[in-house]
Order: sequence, then C-alpha cells, then structure tokens
Amino acid sequence: METRSRRQGCKTAFVTVGTTQFDKLIETMCEEETLKCLSKLGFTKLILQQGNGKFDPKSGTLHGLTVEHYRFKPSIRQDIEEADLVISHAGAGSCLETLEAGRKLLVVINEGLMGNHQLELAYQLHRDGHLHYCNCSNLVATLETKNFDDLMTFVPGRSQVFADYLDKLMGFT
Amino acid sequence: MESTVVIIGVIAATCVAIFGVVAIVYLLFSDNCLPPQPVSRDKNLKASILAVIGSGGHTSELLRLMGHLGSHYEPRYYVMANTDVMSEEKVHKLEKDANIMYRIYKIPRSREVKQSWITTVLSTIVASVYALPLVFKLRPDIILCNGPGTCIPVCLGGLILKLFYPLKLVYVESICRVDSMSLSGQILYHFADSVIVQWPQLQKKYPKSLYMGRIV
Repeated sequence: METRSRRQGCKTAFVTVGTTQFDKLIETMCEEETLKCLSKLGFTKLILQQGNGKFDPKSGTLHGLTVEHYRFKPSIRQDIEEADLVISHAGAGSCLETLEAGRKLLVVINEGLMGNHQLELAYQLHRDGHLHYCNCSNLVATLETKNFDDLMTFVPGRSQVFADYLDKLMGFT
Repeated sequence: MESTVVIIGVIAATCVAIFGVVAIVYLLFSDNCLPPQPVSRDKNLKASILAVIGSGGHTSELLRLMGHLGSHYEPRYYVMANTDVMSEEKVHKLEKDANIMYRIYKIPRSREVKQSWITTVLSTIVASVYALPLVFKLRPDIILCNGPGTCIPVCLGGLILKLFYPLKLVYVESICRVDSMSLSGQILYHFADSVIVQWPQLQKKYPKSLYMGRIV
C-alpha cells in the first residue's frame, strides 16, 4: 500500500513499546549515535510511542530527523502502516500487527523482562525469517549491518480453517 | 473474622470436592483418548456458543476466530472478567453490525497478572461461584476459550454440564505459545474435546492436540 509518508518522499521509523515500560529503548532511540545512524540510512522522521515509561524524549528536529512522540493512541495501526521500519518491543500484538501490515520489523528485547514467554513468538518469527531482533546495546550495530529487504513476507493466519473445523465438529458440514 | 475464614474454607472445600469428583468421573467415563467425534445434528438448527474472553492479546485472538464463524452459531454468549473494559468495546465492535443475537456476561477475575498462586486459588473459587450457575443457565453447545485464568471456572461448569448435555469444549492455545503450553492449556489438555495449538513443535509435545497452521 502506498502510504501518505511514502508519497511525500520521507522515510519514517516508528518505535512502539505497547503498554509496557521500556525506557531503555526510548532513551537508546534518542541517543545521538542512533539518530545519526537513522539519518545516514535515509530516515527523515522518527515517531516514538513511549507507553508507560518515565523518560520524556525531546521532540523537534534532531540530527536531520523530525522526532515526534506520544504515550498512547487508541490504535497505532496508522503509524505502523505509514512507517518504513517498525522498531518494537517483543509483544505479540505489536509484532503481528506490523508483520500483517507488511512492514519491516526490528524487535528489541527488553532484558529486564527475560523469561517472559512473549519472547517465544519473537524468536520463532525470527527463525522463520520475518524479523530481526537485538537488544538496546547492539541496536545501532543491528540497524547498520542487517539487511531488512531480505525479510520474508508474513502470511496472516487463516481463521477460516478453524471455522471449517468447528463446522465439521458440530456436524454442520 | 473467624466466621469469614470458616465460610471461605467451606466454600473452598466444596469447590475442590466438586472439581475432584467431576474430574474423576470425567476421566473414567470419557473417551478423551480418541479424537473428538463430530456431533450428528439437523443442519438447519443453530449452535449456541459461549466464548470466554481473556484480555488484551487473548481477546484479539478469540474475536478473530469468532469473526470467521458463520451465522449458524447463534446466540453468542461472551463471558469476560469484570475488570476488562477494553474487551467489551471490542466485542460490541465485532458483533453490533452482524444481526446475530449476542450477549456479554461478566464474572470476577480469576487471576490478575503477577497475582500469587495461593490467592489465585481463592479468586478462582469466587469466580466459579459466578461462572457455574451461568454456564448451567445458558447451556451452550460449544464453549470456546483460549485462556488465561478466567476460562478455568467456566470450563469447570462446562465439564459438569457435559455429563448431562452434548457440549463441546474447544481450547485454542495462543499464537504466543510456540514451545510451551500455558497453564490453562495444560489443565484443559486433559478435559477439552479439542485443544488446538498453532505451532508444530508444540503439537509434538502434546500429541492429543491438533495443529492446523496459524489460525489467528
């Protein structure tokens, strides 16, 4: 889908932490090194969805990037669809929504939440070639070295298969 | 104070006893080791379905499944925790245009995130006090759930009802569960008619479960 931002020729990175607190990611995104890296990769806009974190990022134009931020929106779908790259926490909702929108995805593991079963899905989607993942300390290196154009297209799940199964189980077909 | 403890104790013991008896009867007399047998029915009849709404991601997954069911699943009963406001809106959004009879019921929550296991047992018992009569009253043809804890008291009601009534209990494990089954899944694996998982490696660990690709 040709989105508004693409037509205007600007390249957007969207960072989302869902309803979690992930200050370290927002802080890392706002570091000079990260901003310069994004700028070098051709990004012109950075949108931060900061969730329940305490860190308050600056907004405005920083190192050639327009930086915007907000805590929550009823739906982040539009921001995902208009982004060229989504940088997300490992939450299943954000990951699946991004992949279903056909967007490039980098998952940043929150090391404060290790042992969380949500990581299972992110690792599996990585094994299947749908996303790259990193942690805050190697985020810049990952952005610089990983090829996001090689990521595999994600085919959404087929709920109709379930509906057909239930019809059979219940004797409708 | 003392009398409260006694009352809670009596309720707890009763619930544990009911669950114990049901579980034993069920395991002794059910054909749970066989694949679920299709119901024979008049194709013009409708099937009522009770969907247990978890919260957050669980809600989204379950509503996706519900959204693909045909209009022959009617009425649709949605049971959710009374602390869940977001899910209620999502149900109305899905169903309000479909011209299918649906209703939302609320029960106390079994388990908040990070709640300790001992208080979880108590709150599950409280939730059962609400859930059991509700299930008996609605007598659905299908109970569909995907965890988390809220579904356990409802499924307990379903198991008791199943002794007298041809009800199908269907559990769909969350897509998040790639290598390990959730606690609800582990419990219902022994009691549900179908347990559907969404990753092949999980199906290997739980041979009675069904894998039909990703379905949400």
